[in-house]
Amino acid sequence: MIPEKSIKSMRRQKILLARLQTITRTRYYKYQDIAFKYFGLFCTILGIAILVLFLANLIYTAGARLDWGFMTNLPSRKAAKAGIYTAWVGTLWILSLTTLIALPIGIGAGVYLEEYNKKGKLANILEINIANLAGVPSIVYGLLGLELFARFIGAGESLLTGALTLALLILPVIIVSTREALKTVPYTIREASYALGATKWQTIWNQVLPASMAGIFTGMILALSRAVGETAPLIVIGALAFVPFVPSSVFDSFTVLPIQIFNWVSRPQKEFSVNAAAAIIVLLSITFMMNGIAVYLRYRWQKKIKW
Amino acid sequence: MKRIFFATTLIALAMACGKKNGTTETSSNDTTANEHASGIGAVEIDGSSTVYPITEAMAEEFRVESPNVKVTIGVSGTGGGFKKFSRGEIDITNASRPIKAGEDSACKANNVAYIELPVAFDGIAIVTHAENKWMNDITVAELKMIWEPSAQGKIMKWNQVRKTWPNEEIHLLGAGTQSGTFDYFTEAIVGKAKACRGDYTASEDDNVLVQGISTDKNALGFFGIDYYIANKDKLKLIPVNDDNDANGKGAISPTEETVKNGTYQPLSRPLFIYINKKSMEKEVVKNFATFYLANAPSLVSEAGYIALTPEIYKIVTARLDKGLVGSVFLGLKTSVGIKMEDVLKIE
Repeated sequence: MIPEKSIKSMRRQKILLARLQTITRTRYYKYQDIAFKYFGLFCTILGIAILVLFLANLIYTAGARLDWGFMTNLPSRKAAKAGIYTAWVGTLWILSLTTLIALPIGIGAGVYLEEYNKKGKLANILEINIANLAGVPSIVYGLLGLELFARFIGAGESLLTGALTLALLILPVIIVSTREALKTVPYTIREASYALGATKWQTIWNQVLPASMAGIFTGMILALSRAVGETAPLIVIGALAFVPFVPSSVFDSFTVLPIQIFNWVSRPQKEFSVNAAAAIIVLLSITFMMNGIAVYLRYRWQKKIKW
Repeated sequence: MKRIFFATTLIALAMACGKKNGTTETSSNDTTANEHASGIGAVEIDGSSTVYPITEAMAEEFRVESPNVKVTIGVSGTGGGFKKFSRGEIDITNASRPIKAGEDSACKANNVAYIELPVAFDGIAIVTHAENKWMNDITVAELKMIWEPSAQGKIMKWNQVRKTWPNEEIHLLGAGTQSGTFDYFTEAIVGKAKACRGDYTASEDDNVLVQGISTDKNALGFFGIDYYIANKDKLKLIPVNDDNDANGKGAISPTEETVKNGTYQPLSRPLFIYINKKSMEKEVVKNFATFYLANAPSLVSEAGYIALTPEIYKIVTARLDKGLVGSVFLGLKTSVGIKMEDVLKIE
């Protein structure tokens, strides 16, 4: 027989042990928590640090090259005289034209898929195909653009062909982000609208679209940020390396910043790589500016929503 | 909200209408001849990226003379340029090799007659790491031994090529298979265009090759001489011996002189522009072509290439003035090792 006392003490010991274990376990979880927090912080900083390093390096090599003359000079074979005037004007042309073409079509398709044709075989097929299109390499769009827009439609190697091709390239992204934005509008809003006697179109136009505009614009601008850096499809459709004039209509030939950068990087003389670095800074600023606009628009539209 | 949508649809509509105008505009190209006569107009150029620096220099200087002429240059590569040229889409194409029979028949099929103008020489340089002490020359036979397709997997050490060279791995770098430089190098060295071993580091960007060779002591590579000149401190130029004393004894380095007088063989090559005969009816294209040849002696060397001799420029200018169409190279078996004077005099 074991004396009662010892049983009691054993029990107490067990309890103590269990308490100790829970304490160590909670401590372990606490450490795990902290460790993960710092891991997350490390990941965040890593991304930003690389970007900052990259930017610092760029500014260090090309900061001095970036002056007013660089922005307003025409292309030249002499690195010191060469500028990116036609390239950045071409980039702005392409961006605005691409927006004008892709925005209405993308939103239209997104609204149709989300509001009118939500279920059924056709919707499934369309959905899979749009997802696939988003994964097609950009050069394939370039080849399509060359045959379809430049040759078949006869737009030639013009700004219009470039913009149409890039619009095609970013359409899947816009459609998907439009649908996601529409999904965030609560169904009760739609029901309330119907209850007041509104038609489907009136509901979409007056309630659903304004409420989801923030998301749509964000998606649009992120898609454009991708388009602004594209080189491959534009080379295929005939964006040129040397264009000493600014386009005056959508049928003019053109060049864009990525092509100018690509052209300079592949030159043997080192002075041109400095030019390329300076042009990269300009291209990055355009991207940052667009992201800034996206943030601003999102903020503005969100403030308007009062449910 | 509504306004934005209205604006976008309106602009989209306007553009759709504009598109129609555009197509009629392009089809009525012939009626705009009056414009060109007054020094306004466009010269559309595309093609080789090797010839690009020369044509770019020409376009830039031509702008000083005729500021209202829109000269544009693309870099689709020699093959890509000929494709557009044979469709009649461009006025002039840059080429780092003569036109091929297939490209010539494509031109004929589309009724595109062309004027062939050699404009410069380019030397392909054979280079190694700057501190390579053991390689001071190389023969064409040795180059062939290294680069031919059957060398793959067999010729892997330098002492297999020449006994006095070290027992070290061979690392090869060269132009990518899409470039005219690759076509010319393989034809000149192996004997057949595009015939080459596959286990070498290929890049379309010559700066990548420079980087690779300058950091690897066992490397050997080839590219246009302008990339060697811009990176002289990092690379060593290897003289090439073609074992033919008729065009210079022993191993010869590519210099302006040896490329010009045809002794740096077989790795010097002519560069061309091809002009659509129909485009020559446009005053601006004719002016630009004349300007090109007149300024080639000075601008070609500035662009990093080697000018033709004054005699050859004279013959070429005469070809342009007469409007001689067709290629003198089509009848030849190879464009390697030819003397420009001899070929052009065939006419």
